[in-house]
Amino acid sequence: MGINRRDFVKTTAVAAAATAIGISLPKNMLAANPAKPEGGWRWDKAVCRFCGTGCGIMVATKNEKIVAVKGDPAAPVNRGLNCIKGYFNAKIMYGADRLKQPLMRLGADGKFSKDGKFKPVSWKVAYDEMEKQMRKSLDELGPTGIGVFGSGQYTVQEGYAMAKLMKAGFRSNNLDPNARHCMASAVGAFIQTFGIDEPAGCYDDIELTDTVVTWGANMAEMHPVLWSRVTDRKLSDPNRVKIINLSTYTNRCSDLADVDIIFKPNTDLAIWNYIAREIVYNNPESMDQEFIDKYMQFTTGFVDTGYGMRTPDHPGFTDLERQTVKKEVAKKISKEEAVTLGYLGFKEGDTMEMKHRAKANGHWAITFEEFKKGLEPYTLNYVAGLAKGDPDEDLSSFKVKLKLLGSLYMEKNRKVVSFWTMGMNQHTRGVWVNEQAYMVHFLLGKQAKPGNGAFSLTGQPSACGTAREVGTFSHRLPADMVVANGKHREVSEKLWKIPAKTLNPKPGSHIMKILRDLEDEKIKFAWVNVCNPFMCSANANHWLKTARKMDNFIVVSDSYPGVSAKVADLVLPVAMIYEKWGAYGNAERRTQHWKQQVVPVGHAMPDLWQYIEIAKRFKLKDVWGAQKIPGLKGGLPDVLDEAKAMGYSPEDTLFDVLFANEDAKSYSWPDPIGEGFTNTEVEGDGREIMGTNGEEWNGYGFFIHKYLWEEYRTFGEGKAHDYADFDTYHKVRGLKWPVVDGKETQWRFNSKYDPYARKADVGEFAFYGKALKKIAKGNLQGIDKSAGKVDLTNKAKIFFRPYMDPPEMPDNDYPLWLCTGRVLEHWHSGTMTMRVPELYRAVPEALCYMHPDDAVKYKVAQGDLIWIDSRRGKVKAHVETRGRNRMPKGSVYVPWFDEKVLINKVCLDATDPQSKQTDFKKCAIKISKA
Amino acid sequence: MADTQNMNSRRDALKTMFRGAGLLGLGGAAWGSTAIKLKASELTLRPPAAIDEEKFVKACIRCGTCVEACPYDTLQLANIDDHTAIGTPFFKPRLIPCYMCPDVPCVPVCPSGALDVDIIAKQIDGINTEEPDINKAKMGVAVVDQEACIAYWGIQCDACYRACPLLGEAITLEFARNERTGKHAFLKPVVHREICTGCGLCEHACITEKAAIFVLPLNVATGRVGEHYIKGWDKADEERLKNLKEEKTKKSSPEDVLNDWEYLLDDD
Repeated sequence: MGINRRDFVKTTAVAAAATAIGISLPKNMLAANPAKPEGGWRWDKAVCRFCGTGCGIMVATKNEKIVAVKGDPAAPVNRGLNCIKGYFNAKIMYGADRLKQPLMRLGADGKFSKDGKFKPVSWKVAYDEMEKQMRKSLDELGPTGIGVFGSGQYTVQEGYAMAKLMKAGFRSNNLDPNARHCMASAVGAFIQTFGIDEPAGCYDDIELTDTVVTWGANMAEMHPVLWSRVTDRKLSDPNRVKIINLSTYTNRCSDLADVDIIFKPNTDLAIWNYIAREIVYNNPESMDQEFIDKYMQFTTGFVDTGYGMRTPDHPGFTDLERQTVKKEVAKKISKEEAVTLGYLGFKEGDTMEMKHRAKANGHWAITFEEFKKGLEPYTLNYVAGLAKGDPDEDLSSFKVKLKLLGSLYMEKNRKVVSFWTMGMNQHTRGVWVNEQAYMVHFLLGKQAKPGNGAFSLTGQPSACGTAREVGTFSHRLPADMVVANGKHREVSEKLWKIPAKTLNPKPGSHIMKILRDLEDEKIKFAWVNVCNPFMCSANANHWLKTARKMDNFIVVSDSYPGVSAKVADLVLPVAMIYEKWGAYGNAERRTQHWKQQVVPVGHAMPDLWQYIEIAKRFKLKDVWGAQKIPGLKGGLPDVLDEAKAMGYSPEDTLFDVLFANEDAKSYSWPDPIGEGFTNTEVEGDGREIMGTNGEEWNGYGFFIHKYLWEEYRTFGEGKAHDYADFDTYHKVRGLKWPVVDGKETQWRFNSKYDPYARKADVGEFAFYGKALKKIAKGNLQGIDKSAGKVDLTNKAKIFFRPYMDPPEMPDNDYPLWLCTGRVLEHWHSGTMTMRVPELYRAVPEALCYMHPDDAVKYKVAQGDLIWIDSRRGKVKAHVETRGRNRMPKGSVYVPWFDEKVLINKVCLDATDPQSKQTDFKKCAIKISKA
Repeated sequence: MADTQNMNSRRDALKTMFRGAGLLGLGGAAWGSTAIKLKASELTLRPPAAIDEEKFVKACIRCGTCVEACPYDTLQLANIDDHTAIGTPFFKPRLIPCYMCPDVPCVPVCPSGALDVDIIAKQIDGINTEEPDINKAKMGVAVVDQEACIAYWGIQCDACYRACPLLGEAITLEFARNERTGKHAFLKPVVHREICTGCGLCEHACITEKAAIFVLPLNVATGRVGEHYIKGWDKADEERLKNLKEEKTKKSSPEDVLNDWEYLLDDD
């Protein structure tokens, strides 16, 4: 036993420390002394590379190196502070194994071979092979034969360029970001509820509220700087301000919380309904009747929508997997669901056929009376029994907490902010549970007001700014437009100056489906941008094998050799954040730009350059002829004639048309904004990099970043998605959109603060989002086609959504819940933070947190190496019965930052059927001593 | 496995060498020009359940059995550069901390009594059981350098707190408002020495260049208040009176004091 423990510690330590220990900061970093500004370094503003908080930082550079960072005292979010990831922004750039040149798998003949070993190649050889492989896939499968894994860590310009290249150029909608894994459920609920994406409020709500309720959001570790603001608010008025932490285990938010509510996985759906029931049945006076009558419509939707899994007939599944996957087509109604789905006539043991898998988004208007009927089962007794998550807690104590929770929400003059992140988003009913948060806030009239609101926090630094606002999702276009909408395509085609009907109306594959399509050989060329999908996607065994064993070509653009790079065919070295120009948008709609501070390392080149360079390899005649699209009748039309009429030649490249057109060239360089700063894409950077054509790279010659920003912002102008011009962002510490007449917007939909709400002129509020505002009518049971449609212009929706079980729950064979997530010290899959020696030493490996009694029950001990085993795969990890996460009996937690504990091999790739976001928080496992 | 074997044989070799050195040392011989250190060192962190340092150095037979039993390679045998008695076991938390194994494998194997199970015996109703309780270990105590600790600057760190096996007890967070920013709070780690075992997981995790939280032996790190003053606001503080020792005062009578007066007339 001892040897086992020691062995494991050794090998893991050696493997990762070998890379980590080599990191040494440039000597002059130590010399950086702010007291001596004449020391030859330059400070400039930038943004933290990590989470969605969006802290401003200042970066010091000297001799083309980042030598130090500091929190930006002028940044409104963090006022000079950071968390320890932010503290190490300078150190993430200079890891010993930073990728510095293109690497390709080569056979003995020096040519690409799927079974070859990675060897350095020139940019030209890399791009020659990429082009060849892309053409092969396009020829065989058409535009849907290629796919791009995008990112919530794309800069705005990178995401915009890739969306334009894929959608306008290759006419493929197979571009989807890792933000799908983190924010898609929030987006689904924003669009359905408000008709427009992103939060109404802003971080100032923290200082203005009396109550912070965290729902599946361990802000203390995941949004530490915001948590320090919550803590300060609590300290400012400890008796008045209440903090309630809802979680499936005790976490670091519990330290500050007045009340810690530990609930059973998935029962957040029932707890929200309990609060709503308390409001509607027992405290109707707490409702803001005028607000509801004027601005709200009650609604509901389908429940038989499946769980976003593939159907059990898929040949790739094992029999064990099928035990869970069969629920995708039909499930037995459980005892709990017999209560909560009773309104649909279901009884315990009945079979529910999943008839609305393809129409999961369907919803319709119902009356308040119907809404009230739906809430009927969610009494205190019922919900407490269902939801109590700690077997050791007394039921009556749990009831007291639920009652307190309800009464805090309802208290007339009490302001309440509900925060959530992955607990509610990574959920097979994620859109529902997001909508339930708005349900409660709307009923009480506590939304879109200073200090009041349901506020969806973001995980990634530009999940909002890029993934969502630019629309790098497989179904989206910029500014909340969607590919399936003819008018939206028309608007986009005009702004992009491309022929009508160029854009593909059929939504592409979401990120899980790109992986599944690779396995099914429907996609054979994939490009990984600013993410690590082969590590961060559930049911990883399938995708790892697919990458290595199937007929495909995978390109990974990354800064460090992570798991995805290891299973790729071609690895392209990228410039990291301060080695390029860019912009991020945080969770409070704040857009922040920065300048390139230093020249990239080695032969690494900016992502943006990599995307644009491939556009040079394809001509209009290659992509704008007629194209077959599976499932799209008639396919895509030939638009070359219209292109000619617009003045284009079939011999023009996508580069000429999309990125180096006359508009683009009008953004000249040098530009006063860039004075004194490097711009690798625009003018080269003195490294004498041999470019993708084999010639020295000397730049595009025009200010591509400014052009892309200015073109991008025309999409949202006048549509409540307004941004300021490029130059303004280089002078301010970010602005919260919509930016109208040079002013940012703090609270949207509120006429006092939001010019768009004022313009709507329908009173104190206007929920002016345009999407999904004409819906059918019906009752709890379904749509009444004869009743016509209801127009919800300037209104929002209050959804009734029931409790349902998740598709996989602990049973005799797999008796424990598994929840995964992050730790404060590491960012996502750890490719950057695991290379900072200090952070590596602080948390060198992912541990399996469990209750000490469970350790005894399953005959394992603190520190033991154990197997964590599900129907899909198994990994080894060490047991931790102490420490930061205190689990209730029956649940374990394993963070996912550690590639040596690749926990996603164990996780279930079930998704919310509406948002397609994976539920990484729940699956059933067993453990045994390794 | 091969690595482990190498590692074990390396340790065996070290051990043998130290045994030799220990014997030589006991014989009173000098090793080259360097005097072999045999004395107790107040700055050395010992394994859990080590007896008082002075006695420990005398009792320990430098056999290395505890080092062998440690599953994490935390314990090492001191060599000539380690500023403590050569061949005795110790650990450096910044390199490898004590992971506080619940079964405390290093202690019961000690043949000499230098590590004494009774010191960390789990108690039931005040009576020692056979089972160890690692939480009772007192290898040292963690100390925070508030100038170098970035949590005291307002940075959201607390890596030590989250690394602490007795999180929330041995290290807690003290919340304080940050007047400088006006809207953030300090979350400052505070060590409670009565709980802290000195395992050093905090020192190991600390993300500053040189650890801003570090373990010192209890005697070095702690002060002591006399028993003559008891906290009026803390009932439990009266416990200290139980330790009251008879004060040794100088044997001098008032007459002796009074009779010593002549120096008062001295001019200088």
